[in-house]
Amino acid sequence: MIKNRLGNLSYQLAALLLAFGVVSLILLSVDASPSEAYKNIFKGSFGEMRKFAEVLVAFVPLLLVTAGLLVTFSSGLWNIGVEGQVVLGAIATTWVYRFYLDSDLPPTLIIILAIIGGMLGGAIWAALAGILKVFGGVNEIFGGLGLNFVATALTIYLIFGPWKRPGVASMSGTVPFPDEFSLPLWQNLRISPWALVIALIGIVFVYFLLQGTYFGLRLKAVGKNFRAAYLLGIPTWQYSMYSFLICGALAGAAGAMQVAAVYHRLIPSISSGYGYLGLMVAMLINYQALWAVPVALFFAALNIGSIQLPIIMKLDSSLSGVLQGVLVLFVLLAAGVRQKFGRKV
Amino acid sequence: MSQETILIGLAGVLASASPLIFAVIGETLSERAGVINLSMNGTILLSAMGGFAVAYNTENIVLGFLAGMLIGALVALIVAFASITLQQSQVAVGFVLALTCRDLAYFLGNDYMGVPGPRLQAMPIPVLGDIPVLGPLFFRHDVITYISFIAIFFAWLWIFRTRPGLMLQGIGEKPAAAYIRGANVNLMRYVYTIVGGALIGLAGPAFSLAIRAGWMGTISGLDGFGWIALSITIFGGWNPVRGAFGAYLFAFLQWLGLVLQPVLTQVPSQVLQVAPFPLMILTLLLVNIGNAEWVERTLAAMPESARKIFAKMLRAMRTSPPAALGVPFERD
Repeated sequence: MIKNRLGNLSYQLAALLLAFGVVSLILLSVDASPSEAYKNIFKGSFGEMRKFAEVLVAFVPLLLVTAGLLVTFSSGLWNIGVEGQVVLGAIATTWVYRFYLDSDLPPTLIIILAIIGGMLGGAIWAALAGILKVFGGVNEIFGGLGLNFVATALTIYLIFGPWKRPGVASMSGTVPFPDEFSLPLWQNLRISPWALVIALIGIVFVYFLLQGTYFGLRLKAVGKNFRAAYLLGIPTWQYSMYSFLICGALAGAAGAMQVAAVYHRLIPSISSGYGYLGLMVAMLINYQALWAVPVALFFAALNIGSIQLPIIMKLDSSLSGVLQGVLVLFVLLAAGVRQKFGRKV
Repeated sequence: MSQETILIGLAGVLASASPLIFAVIGETLSERAGVINLSMNGTILLSAMGGFAVAYNTENIVLGFLAGMLIGALVALIVAFASITLQQSQVAVGFVLALTCRDLAYFLGNDYMGVPGPRLQAMPIPVLGDIPVLGPLFFRHDVITYISFIAIFFAWLWIFRTRPGLMLQGIGEKPAAAYIRGANVNLMRYVYTIVGGALIGLAGPAFSLAIRAGWMGTISGLDGFGWIALSITIFGGWNPVRGAFGAYLFAFLQWLGLVLQPVLTQVPSQVLQVAPFPLMILTLLLVNIGNAEWVERTLAAMPESARKIFAKMLRAMRTSPPAALGVPFERD
């Protein structure tokens, strides 16, 4: 067992080295110094407290999305619609805020209601993908992708239509909410400790759901072998729907955090691609909840650290995406090589 | 609106659908052989950027198109290797490549942002171009649009009217049977995935060297076309002709959105641009719903006369994927 783990680790280390090697070659091909690029990414993410706070701001939605995806992956579903579920979470949160804009309710209660609203919004959007899958026979990948586009269209429609700023509508989003609607921030940094706590609760919840409950066991049975689970008397399609709902609620919470703790309004790119990035994290950690926190933090750090690259080195910040993608690709390939050739050695 | 304007608009629809046609045909070939190439969205962006960069540097537009095809073939090779040789999840590898190639395109394309470059010129066909109505509609395009017309026909011919095409259907539907008939299933899957990838790679330069000439990075507006092409492949039921119809329908709806914009002033233009997507979901639902179990049960419970009508309607719309799509083949 231990030897097996070590063997696995060596494959993953090899994948990591290969990924950095390939990205270094890409950097050299555009006449940029790899070491300087990595140094700048590191300084841009962990260099000072203010920047590390930004990393945590990105870490919160990424961790929530990853937590949700671990549930759908466990039940054998490729919930690519998670991106739209984040968006709908943000829209629903904004809607609740607007609804209570002039009410006398205590702001804390409104914030809680808004977050719950966001989770419901995400869950409803996930349920749509689930209904299309279960009752319409539409593969969740294609239904989800379509719903993602619709979610983006809906955001833009709201920003330029019914929710537009008085005077002129613009890509900068809706009117910012009053300060008391914001989750309290940590001193003068941009990170809200509450958002961090919510994200950690999310992943701990999923960890115990999958590892320690009968529900989680049956969910995994559905994912491993749909037909066998059905024959064993597990209500299979209901479990598919449950996992969609749970994932949608967590993705919706991520969207709620984007509105309540980061942007304080609805903006066109409110999801910032965290849904798709969450899929990458889930694949990289081989769907093991235990690794979600460090890997999500690493990916968030790459995203934030690379923001500096255009300014300092005249490189496009999409380098972080290239690095993340190449890394996941090599880990997948290494797993394949190990399965195919590893045993014979 | 004058007849002239409508004619030019419709000709524009035919031209602007050409990248989608290549992508849909490429994906159709790949999926017919049993391999889903989910990387399409990234492949199109990377080949658009790469094709433009090569054409710009070499001042040779043909090399640009070839570079796009090479990029598509290489990405498809990774998908094929991971899924056929290593037997990993096609969806996982394809999705990772979709994101990675997109970001790679943005990263490497940084130097080519907004640079004026070469562009394919229209090449009206002598005599045919002068026919009223049909001339401006079909025979005053650039070369790549003509090739897209021809590609639809040849792909259909290949799949449904030739022996190798029959074998192709076999390795996607019943690989074991095809193997017994002497087909080298995995080799053929490699070939079709790579050829399909090259066609998908043609879609990129068809944008960046023709209908949307140039490279504009994230504001190129190309992000998303690969996912659309993927939906159209299913809509087309893995048939190049029906897929081409889907691509034209999509391009037509987008054009309609532009035309209707001055009329529907209260609807933001960004919304009209994405109007085809809900329709896409609806059509996916319509072509798939016949496969759902509860529909069959409901049909069985219907009175004879009603059942016949509904079953006929569903069958007319219904498409089923190749039976072995996404399933690795092992001979033993």
